[in-house]
Amino acid sequence: MADSAAAGRAKKSPAGAFFSALGGSIKEIGTTFKEGDWKTRISYPVFGFGPLMRKQVVKGIALLACELLFIWYMVGFGWNYMSKFATLGTVATEKKGRVTVYGDNSFLILLFGLLTIIAVAALILVFVLNVRENRREELLLREGKALPPNRKVLGSLLDENFDKTLLTLPMAGIFIFTVLPIIFMICVAFTNYDAQHQAPSNLFTWVGLANFRELFSFGSSGFSSTFFAVLGWTLVWAFFATFIDYFLGMGVAILINRKGIRLKKLWRTVLVLTIAVPQFVSLLYVAKMFDPDGLINVYLMKWGWIKSAIPFWTNPMLARITIVVINIWIGIPYMMLIATGLLMNIPADLYESASLDGATGFQMFRFITLPYMLFVTGPFLLTSFTNNLNNFNVIFLLTRGRPQSMAMAENAGRTDLLVTWLYKMTVNNTDYKMAAVIGIMVFVVTAVITLVVYSRLPSVKDEEAFQ
Amino acid sequence: MKENSSIKRKRAIGNTFTYIALVLISIIWLFPFFGLIMQSFRSFDPAVEYGGMVDYLIPKTFSLDNYRFLLSKSTNFLLWYRNTFIIAVFVSIGQTIMILCVSYALSRMRFKGRELLMRFWLILGMFPGFLTMICLYFLLKQFGLTQAGAVPGLILISIASSGMGYYVCKGYFDTIPRALDEAARIDGASRAKIFFILTIPMAKPIIIYTMLVAFMAPWCDYVFASYVAFGYDKSYNVAVGLTRWVWTNDYQGYFTRFCAGGILIAVPVTVLFMFLQKYYVEGVTGGAVKG
Repeated sequence: MADSAAAGRAKKSPAGAFFSALGGSIKEIGTTFKEGDWKTRISYPVFGFGPLMRKQVVKGIALLACELLFIWYMVGFGWNYMSKFATLGTVATEKKGRVTVYGDNSFLILLFGLLTIIAVAALILVFVLNVRENRREELLLREGKALPPNRKVLGSLLDENFDKTLLTLPMAGIFIFTVLPIIFMICVAFTNYDAQHQAPSNLFTWVGLANFRELFSFGSSGFSSTFFAVLGWTLVWAFFATFIDYFLGMGVAILINRKGIRLKKLWRTVLVLTIAVPQFVSLLYVAKMFDPDGLINVYLMKWGWIKSAIPFWTNPMLARITIVVINIWIGIPYMMLIATGLLMNIPADLYESASLDGATGFQMFRFITLPYMLFVTGPFLLTSFTNNLNNFNVIFLLTRGRPQSMAMAENAGRTDLLVTWLYKMTVNNTDYKMAAVIGIMVFVVTAVITLVVYSRLPSVKDEEAFQ
Repeated sequence: MKENSSIKRKRAIGNTFTYIALVLISIIWLFPFFGLIMQSFRSFDPAVEYGGMVDYLIPKTFSLDNYRFLLSKSTNFLLWYRNTFIIAVFVSIGQTIMILCVSYALSRMRFKGRELLMRFWLILGMFPGFLTMICLYFLLKQFGLTQAGAVPGLILISIASSGMGYYVCKGYFDTIPRALDEAARIDGASRAKIFFILTIPMAKPIIIYTMLVAFMAPWCDYVFASYVAFGYDKSYNVAVGLTRWVWTNDYQGYFTRFCAGGILIAVPVTVLFMFLQKYYVEGVTGGAVKG
């Protein structure tokens, strides 16, 4: 938390900082060329030439390898895709007689086009590093100092540059499997990639803001009204799922922690079972329990309490309530564990002096326990709220978004969250463009809530209050 | 004296109510598991009983037919089990290595762009995970890691981006006194040496927590596993295989077989969890307070 606060102070005007850094780099490139010797100047087209001539083999080879890799990638692969990026392909796949002649594949053009654009940006960065390295070496030599031996350069990767060694693999993984796909999907939101435009048999292309216009148009398509209905339920669900579990979990923790209660470990273990058992087993089973022919309905009818089965999953309102109730079963143990640890941190003498003053149990909870818990768990409440916004497993394993409704577009059901709806659009409807739009909207909702709430949290505003 | 005994009496009454509440809670929490166990012993053989939904809880005759079926050659259950186990082991090791690397770098090293990187990852995390499903699918397909190759594909996907989940682990590293690092550095130890010799042994609880959480996740991964292995039965994991029994084959009476499969999955995972519960609680509580 202290980190982000420091970052907030440092980041006065990110745009200004960026442009001044950019200007500095360009100036540096110019002066290095003007004042540099021939080794440095040849380094401009041939990366790493200068370091190699100055016997900085490790750095020289690394820089040169980057350039060669880029050229090899661009010639053999990248340019082909990047050149078609503006149109996403023009040659459609055709059937000539019985033979299918494959044309352009819009999907791959978009994906590898993006990759190539990023590769170009990376090359520019390497170029700047290359220039900077030449400059540094020249200045050192001019001052009459020796350049570090190669062994030391390599060794620094395990010492003062150890962070680079540690972060290379994780960052590469995150880049390929998170950053690139997210940029790709953001681009898809501006294309007409859907069931009618499936690569490789059909082309798809850029359509500008058309998909977003559809999202916010209250026309006959019904997409907009469905979106707001689903968004509304998503927010209501996240609110109830977070706060009911929070307070009930805390309550159970207080019950177990009471003085004089024995077998504390047993009670906790019983509750923790729901965390331990894989959710797809427990939730699928519980979902079946609430079916019309499930245990609950069957026994209630046997005992004559009800005449016909309660439509737990087919009545929209009842389905929503059932989900929230079952989620308590999942959520309480988790909160109970957290609350147990935190409750022990509250100084016992606070309670003692309160009870000497004649405070009732409830008053002690209201004025000691609750303020402390809310203060400490503020950030946790925020993250669990945003996690619940995207709580795919509970909804999907219990209802798969059902009951379905004719009034809703794109197969949305009455208990669908934005994420489960997104999943359905991707898997069942293959309507990738709208799935991408919904994904962006989920991001917007999460980001807005996080930004608005985070800065208002008492534990962020006033770190000292409870210390 | 009189007042004291009244307080005692009050407490005794309060405790009685607490016990009643706790017993009720325990019954509610345990009932589904009790039902699961009971129904897993109901035979699906029509000559004995029925494997679908029935209107009673305790089977009329206890039989091991479901378990026998699961272990026999007539289903790929054992294969799914093996797939899931392989995925879980590799993901557990891989994710832990990734998270340890990132946590150490972010907790102990100060480098240019560190805060920018953390902020960037935080923002990335706000995109829903399923958004990129199609893109990841086609990426994997390029390397032949879908359908028949779904198991390595799923391992790759789960490990690749796991560095972003560094919060809990970094929070733990932050609590290890920096003075120890400084002392080791004065003695001439390199950063790498400190990482391996000093930090990792001290981080044992959080390593166990990370491994445990990573190991448990693949056992309920339905969404991505079903997408990557689509239509290729041999690459399913247990969640995909068993979920299909419940959703598509229920009326042929696969319900009790699902229950038995669920038991076979839940028992080892639960036992492991209970053994390592201490570490889990520590990690979860630490993570919650850090936010």
